[in-house]
Formats: sequence, C-alpha cells, structure tokens
Amino acid sequence: MNIHEYQAKAMFRESGVLVQQGFHCTTVDQALSAYDSLGSDVVAVKSQIHAGGRGKGDLFCPDSGDLVMQGGVKVAFSRDEVGDFASNILGHRLVTKQTGPSGKMVSNLYVEAGCDIAHEYYLALLVDRERDSILIMGSTEGGVDIEEVAETSPEAIHKAWFDPSEGLNEEVAGALASSLGLSEASHSSFLEMIGNLSSLFVEKDCSMIEINPLVRTGEGSMVALDAKVSFDDNAAFRHPWWDDLRDISEESDVEVRAHEHGLSYVDLEGNIGCLVNGAGLAMATMDVIKLYGGEPANFLDIGGGADSESITVAFGIILEDPRLEGILVNIFGGIIRCDMVARSIIEASEEIGLQIPLVVRFSGTNHEEGRKVLEDSDLDVITVSTLGDAGEAIVNTIGGGSS
Amino acid sequence: MSIWINEETKVLVQGITGSQGTFHGTQMVEYGTDIVGGVTPGKGGQIVELPGRSVPVFDTMSEAISSTGAEASVIYVPARFATPAIIEAADSFYELNGGGLIVCITEGIPTLDMMKVVSHLEKRPGVRLIGPNCPGIISPSDEGGCKIGIMPGYIHAKGRIGIISKSGTLTYEAVAQTMSVGEGQTTCVGIGGDPVNGTGFIDCLEAFQKDSDTKAVVMIGEIGGTAEEEAAEWSKDNFSKPIVGFVAGATAPPGKRMGHAGAIISGGKGTAEEKFAAFEDAGIHIARDPSKIGEALVSALVEAGLREP
Repeated sequence: MNIHEYQAKAMFRESGVLVQQGFHCTTVDQALSAYDSLGSDVVAVKSQIHAGGRGKGDLFCPDSGDLVMQGGVKVAFSRDEVGDFASNILGHRLVTKQTGPSGKMVSNLYVEAGCDIAHEYYLALLVDRERDSILIMGSTEGGVDIEEVAETSPEAIHKAWFDPSEGLNEEVAGALASSLGLSEASHSSFLEMIGNLSSLFVEKDCSMIEINPLVRTGEGSMVALDAKVSFDDNAAFRHPWWDDLRDISEESDVEVRAHEHGLSYVDLEGNIGCLVNGAGLAMATMDVIKLYGGEPANFLDIGGGADSESITVAFGIILEDPRLEGILVNIFGGIIRCDMVARSIIEASEEIGLQIPLVVRFSGTNHEEGRKVLEDSDLDVITVSTLGDAGEAIVNTIGGGSS
Repeated sequence: MSIWINEETKVLVQGITGSQGTFHGTQMVEYGTDIVGGVTPGKGGQIVELPGRSVPVFDTMSEAISSTGAEASVIYVPARFATPAIIEAADSFYELNGGGLIVCITEGIPTLDMMKVVSHLEKRPGVRLIGPNCPGIISPSDEGGCKIGIMPGYIHAKGRIGIISKSGTLTYEAVAQTMSVGEGQTTCVGIGGDPVNGTGFIDCLEAFQKDSDTKAVVMIGEIGGTAEEEAAEWSKDNFSKPIVGFVAGATAPPGKRMGHAGAIISGGKGTAEEKFAAFEDAGIHIARDPSKIGEALVSALVEAGLREP
C-alpha cells in the first residue's frame, strides 16, 4: 500500500526525521492560507499522487484534454504564483512516466516552505530479498532517477544492511555517512535520520522508504525534501490506522473489488480475458497466450479458496472490460474441484449473458466431471485438456492476436 | 530415494484442530503420510480422528515431539499466528532432535516477520523451513508416499525427476507434464512465492545433486528477485545433472504485483528475460513455453543419454 508525500512527511515529523514545514491542501484558498502561514519567501507547490516523476509530469484538463501546465511540482516566489500553480494543479490530470497516458486526477496538494539547499542526495530503505535483511541505499547524486545513476555512475551509490531484529549498527551507519562524504554537523544529522528511519521502517512495517532528494542545508542539517513510503500489505492486520491513510481514488476500482473477494487482479492491455487458479499458473497462462500470438487483457488469480460466489464475481470483473474478445479459463484442480468451477461458469455466464467465445481448460481434481458439466450445458464453450491447446484455441477462436 | 522426507517421516500438524488442519491432515494420511500428532495451544489432550487413526493433540511442539518422535511439522495456521508457530517448531526441533523439517503453507506473513524467522533459523542449523506461502513437499513412493502440504497427491508418481518451484498450481502443471512424457518424481518442493522465505532453489539443487535417484531437475521460477539467476550461476560448478527451467511472467508489466508478494518487477530488475538468459548461460534447458516443459525434459534426458530418442 502506498501513501502520499504529505502523509509520509507527517510520519517523518513524528519520528524525528527532519522535514520542512508544510500544509496539506485540497483547495486554492487553503493553498493561499498555507503560503501566508509559512512566512517563507519561496514555497514548493507539490501535486500529491502516488506515482513518481511528478516534477517532470504534465497537467491536462480532464474535459478538453488541453495542456494546462508543465511540471507537477512548482517553486513559487509569490502569493499570486501559489494561487496560479494551485489552480493549475487541482482538478487536473497529471501525466508522468509512471502514471500511463491517462494520468491521475490531482485532488491533493502539499505546500511546503522553501529550503536552503547545499547539496542533494538520494536515500532509500528497502527489503533485500537475497540477503533477507533491510538495505539502506544512499547516493551523492540526488534529485535524479536512481536507476539512471545505477547505470551511469554506480560508484555514487553506497549500501548498508541491517537485520530488523537487531536494528541498525552504529558503525555500519557511520561508514555509510562517511562514504557519502558527510562530515561534522551533516554526519551526525544523517546518523540521527537513518536511525529514526530504520526504527520507523520496522515499527510501521514498511516495504520501502525513498527520499529523493534528501538535502544537506547550508547549516549542515539533513532534510527530507521528498518522501515516498509504502507498507507491506501482509502486515495490515496489525496496523488498523493504515485505513485512514488509504486513498481509494489512487487504486484501480476493479482491483479493489477483486481484492475484497479474495481475487488477485491486474489490468493489462490485451483482448483475451484470463481466469486462473494460482499466481504462477496465471502468469504462465498469460505467457502462453502471448506465445500463440494473442494478448492477455488481465492477470486474474482466483486463489485457493475460491467458491461459486467469487468465481461469479471474477467473471463479472473480466467481462466489464470493453476490449474483451474472448475468455480463457485455466484451472488446475487441487483443493478446488473442476466440476464446481464448471457450474459456477455456467451460472455466471447465464447471469451476465456471455456473448464472446469461451475456452476452458480443466486439469486435476474432477476435471472429467467438470468438462462433462460444461459439454452437457447450453453454453457455447470450447473445452481443452492441455495448456498449449488452451492458448492455441483461444487465439484461433478470436481470429489471431490484438488488432 | 528422495530428498528430506520419505514414507517413514513422522509428521506433526500445527493447527490440526482448525478446518484447514483437519482437512489437509485427512488428505495427507490418505496419501500415506505418517501423521503422528498435532498441536493446538489450549487443546492438548484432545484426539483428532483421521482416516484409520486417532491422532493426539498437544499444547506445545516440545511435548508433541517428545511424545511422538516427530521429525517434521506442517503449519496450517493464520498469518498472524504463523511466525510464533515457526519459531516454536524451530526451537523445539533444535533442542530435542538437533534439527527437523518445518513446512509452512500459510500465505500472507509480513516480510519483516519472515526476516526475523530467517535470522532465527540461521542460529539453529539442522532446522529446515520450506515456505511460507507454498504448496509443500511431496515424495511419491510405490504406493502412496509422503506428502506434507496441500498438493493433489494423485497426480504424482514415483520416478527420477526432482521438481522445484515458487508456485503452487504451476508446479502441478509441471508434474502433469512430466507424467505425460512418462516420467515420475523423486521429490517435488514448492519453495513459495514470498520475497523472504526459507529453503531456496540452491538448497534444493544441492540436495538433488546428492540424491542418486534424481536424474534430472525441473526448476520453475517467476519474476521478482534474483534467486533464479543465483541458482543458475551456482549450478554451473556444483550441479551435474540436467536442469529444465521455466520462468513465469514474461508478459507481466513492471511495478505490478502478480498475485504472489514476491512476484514483482521493480526498478527494471527481476524480469523473466534476465532469468531465462541466466538459465541459458548456465546450460539449463529452457522451456519458454510453459506448455512445453515436458518436451524440454525429454530432450534434456535424451541429450544426457538418460532416455532413448
């Protein structure tokens, strides 16, 4: 789960991580009073969406599609500028390289006091799967894309690790600070910051904290000028307060609904809907469709505990996609019985009034019964028994790949 | 032969009185697994009826191990209770037996909890964790066999192929394809799809290398992390048997979690393409098409002189 910059910064503030003073706003008036309260000659007016690349993004009018402003993060030098930027941002669609072409509607703004910047750094804490520990990654080149830095000047990136049950070791932290060239005041300010961030990461079950840029001020303080935080969804049960931070408008409507029914759904670009049990098999099914010349419209794992109701919901969700030209159901029965799935498919198809070709592949528990249930029904369905036949059948049935 | 388990392995079920525990306990006994007891805190002294046997329930793992001589346990408890269950099992096996096998089926354990578990296990050599978020491990024998997990037992048969996979149903798919070309399995291990887990690909390959009955291995990976690349690199100098490899998720978009917590391409890393390339570089026979895993296995066996063309 991702949260907004203004929410992450509130968390930082509570944990003793230095941030500039700032206000969360949802109207132009609020942005103007924020400017008045900050008493800073220079302020940053920042669009709040979950995707990155905001600074280099473009804002468009949602109705006309006209370009309103370039840059979703602006530095304002006057009250008037704050008003202009805020009205160009709020209620408009921000398109960045991470949002996709349709962009994201901006309803939240953060107005923050300007900062005396001596140097910009990059700092991130994330899960290192290979070392089974938490990785702290720092770079002397902040404010730019870290993947680019990794490509062009990997020597600028420095790493340190810690075990969450032991916490961050002081020597390790000190070595990281020195390798970033920090000394005296900035060195101790940095140590305090990563100490606080490490505790925050563990206490709040984060999966990532990214600060880009992290700045050293003229006085040698280390200040988080940006903040990107995501939480580990698996830990939601012990953090009920996350619900207050959740911005449903940032999440895809169908992905949210799918999740509520224990389904795992990801929207894709193609025209062949998929309904599969198991994440690995669901990915493999997409791969097969592509290899046979088709394009999958979605990833959909109905999970191990699927029942008739969740299968009906799953069917409904994939059929909402207007680009859909065919559906491939691929079930390898284990705990799930293929005959149960077959009955659910018939029920859902009748309820929805299925109009497009359907290919069903059953294997495993009760696959023969399942196939018979489908063949004895009035449903227009092609049944196959292997994964390869399934891919071939659905692609041929809709007459090749995406147009 | 097989790796880590066989039909003699005595197994405990942690969470045996829950619906999942009882259901899968029944299925495991029907397959031939020697379930000797179960653990549910507060329900010690009860008896659970499984097919053809009455199984005692204990309050703690140490009582259960002392009373039954169990060497392995399987965990079917909800995510929030799974971490303490793994730790308790690890401590008890380590203190009483000097080691043991823990199979954790549970999905949805927080990543930081798993980091703590992994660091706890490092201090208890001899204790092996498989999972979490996995189908478990199965070794078919002539009749039945040992199944510690949730996979449909009947699709397997005794043979000479080892199978390692991050996935559940895709493992069943791989098993079905090896069966369709007339090859059975020594042991199939589902290592799970979480970012931080117990047993990895290399642990399995190491064990399959030592197992004289295993003649070839099928390795099923998926996008995310670099475990496949590391296993491929390791296999160059340490694994002498043919490997057939597939990686799920070649069509997955970056930045999106594909069902499994660990199945995500982040920062351009963890793509199927990189993993296939690492497989090829290590001389692994790759099946880019997941419907051709069986075919790839046949050609790998033929090339190694283990099967007639």
